[in-house]
Amino acid sequence: MGMPQTALVVGGTSDIARAVLRALVARRLRRIVLVGRDEIGLAASAKELQALGADEVVTLTLDVTDLALVPVVVRDACTRLGQVDLALVAAGMLGDQAGDEADPEAVARVLCTNLTGPAAVITALATVLRVQGHGRIVVLSSVAGMRVRRANYIYGASKAGIDAFAQGAAESLRGTGASLMIVRPGWVATRMTQGRDPAPFATTPDAVAADVVTGMERSAPVVWSPGVLRFVFAVMRLLPAALWRRLPG
Amino acid sequence: MTGAPLSTSRRELTGWGRTASSACDVARVRCAEDVDQVLASAAAGGRSVVARGLARSYGDAAQCAGGIVVDTTGLDVVLDADLDTGLVRVEAGTSLDALMRSFVPHGWFVPVSPGTRYVTVGGAIAADIHGKNHHRDGSFCSYVTRLSLATPSGRVEVSPGGDPELFWATAGGMGLTGIVVEATIQMRPVESATMLVDTERAHSLDDCLARMEERDATYRYSVAWIDCLARGAKLGRAVLTRAEHARLDDLPPDRRRQALHFDPRVRAQVPVTPPSGLLNPMTVAAFNELWFRKAPRMRVAQLQTIATYFHPLDTVGAWNRLYGPRGFVQYQFVVPFGAEDALRAVLTRLSEGRVASFLAVLKRFGVQDPGPISFPTEGWTLALDLPVGPAVLGPLLDALDETVAAAGGRVYLAKDCRLRPDLLETMYPRLAQWRAVRDKVDPAGMFVSDLSRRLGLLGTRRPRRPSRTRRSPARPKQGATP
Repeated sequence: MGMPQTALVVGGTSDIARAVLRALVARRLRRIVLVGRDEIGLAASAKELQALGADEVVTLTLDVTDLALVPVVVRDACTRLGQVDLALVAAGMLGDQAGDEADPEAVARVLCTNLTGPAAVITALATVLRVQGHGRIVVLSSVAGMRVRRANYIYGASKAGIDAFAQGAAESLRGTGASLMIVRPGWVATRMTQGRDPAPFATTPDAVAADVVTGMERSAPVVWSPGVLRFVFAVMRLLPAALWRRLPG
Repeated sequence: MTGAPLSTSRRELTGWGRTASSACDVARVRCAEDVDQVLASAAAGGRSVVARGLARSYGDAAQCAGGIVVDTTGLDVVLDADLDTGLVRVEAGTSLDALMRSFVPHGWFVPVSPGTRYVTVGGAIAADIHGKNHHRDGSFCSYVTRLSLATPSGRVEVSPGGDPELFWATAGGMGLTGIVVEATIQMRPVESATMLVDTERAHSLDDCLARMEERDATYRYSVAWIDCLARGAKLGRAVLTRAEHARLDDLPPDRRRQALHFDPRVRAQVPVTPPSGLLNPMTVAAFNELWFRKAPRMRVAQLQTIATYFHPLDTVGAWNRLYGPRGFVQYQFVVPFGAEDALRAVLTRLSEGRVASFLAVLKRFGVQDPGPISFPTEGWTLALDLPVGPAVLGPLLDALDETVAAAGGRVYLAKDCRLRPDLLETMYPRLAQWRAVRDKVDPAGMFVSDLSRRLGLLGTRRPRRPSRTRRSPARPKQGATP
């Protein structure tokens, strides 16, 4: 039930991360470290959160694909907070499926940004939280990883990977006082999806944020947003491929 | 008994509400010297420490993430007892259950009994616990004549007369002034182990408050169970049970020879944790209806055992599991007499929010003892058991905090797992005075709990850095997208 008072966010300019932070500042979040690669965007996020009532927002620059730097920056961010109540892993990119398909480097970049980098971040965070004996890691996954589609299989595969990794990390944290919650949003209207047609059950960053906050209060291991997607995908995963292929969206 | 270095084991702990878990290195101590040893090694290693007894505090008061938790339940020896005066000296891990089992047969009851016997004397002091007799007798620490406190600079003997500052900072000090290793308690004389109970129904909150105001003073023990799901005119309907210790003459002749027999049993055990959601507005409303109708409209001088009257839930072992893996919050607050509107506002919001509270309990507190952060202050106190789950619960409780604080009230730290730290100083206006005493006895800030960290109880939170941008006074509507 205790809402976080300190938070570390990797991917601090993500629309969903910002919505979660706004919701949490309204509750009692006061000290925040924002980590990301877009310095200007981070500064804007910081300004917004301070205007909402955060006492202290520090920004640190990191590209999660710079794997050597990940543990250094994560440790630095944790030290600045003292106690880490919440660590939100929101770094990610959608990529350009059509353009990337024939470009091995582009595929590797999406996988590294959405899977390899975040997995390194989660690993570094888990080390800190184990010692600390409390704190929650929240990982932004996606329903795109629940069953990968032709139309976005690069992104989908990266999310399937990070989702599976996070499930394992959550198990490894059992009994340590720390925990990990996986968030699986559906299609969310963000900068990342701008200009694309919304899929069924489309939602907004603020709606996802509300589900995340409720999930945290309930100590839920997994949050689907909107909640109905839990049941939708329970069915989707069982559909015969021929049918799955023909689905719209 | 001493000499061998104490081993610790890393364990994940929660309070009785099973909400905020954290992992701590638990040191199980068997004598006062063990406690000294733990504190010495903690000081050398720069570790944080807090004591934990039977873990009945609902929130995160008896755990310290990443630090050392001293399990005091091994300190359970009765050191000395004067059966003529009722003064007993016990180690701090002794439970009230053990005290009752040992001394009720000799005609001595605990001076203050909470809703469970399974709390330690140390915990009773740290939370300055209250019972159904607060309006008459005050809280637990008023009956502690002396205690021995392990501090970073060694053990000190503290009594209300000798060192009132430290004594009263320890009373209700949530274990943050040191570790109580033993205490002397003035027990209460009783002629029997039986209670003489009067039961009556009240049909609304106003009716209930009026009945309590009018006649509480004539009873030693008084409590009202409130139906929080009743709406409209029935809002706050209640069952009042008020009692005295039965005198020998009150008992039927055949029970007089065994008048002080006391041997309550745990009759059932919750063996597994059922899924959360078992206790929901529907099931709780059904229970409440039943409970209300089961109570007699008026029944006078019914004989009940001590366990039935004081500790009904103790007959079910691990009942906290019934709330499922998500756990539950016990929300208890006190508002001064005259702030009945706040009480009404809280009940209305709960009833409107359809937040199921199983067993809401209303009592009246009498005069406050001198503890600067001891919870009980004169007024109405309401305790609610709320299952975690409904999305509205967190924001609703945050709003209730505001109502309580604005009415000059406070929430009970021993039950808290979620208060917003900004409200702490409003609710506990003598916090600075307590901190000054605490800082003298523990200047390095060794005693830390998850509770103290979360609420900034010690007042040693990092100094704020100047904000980079000016904070605008008005908060934009939540949910607005930039």
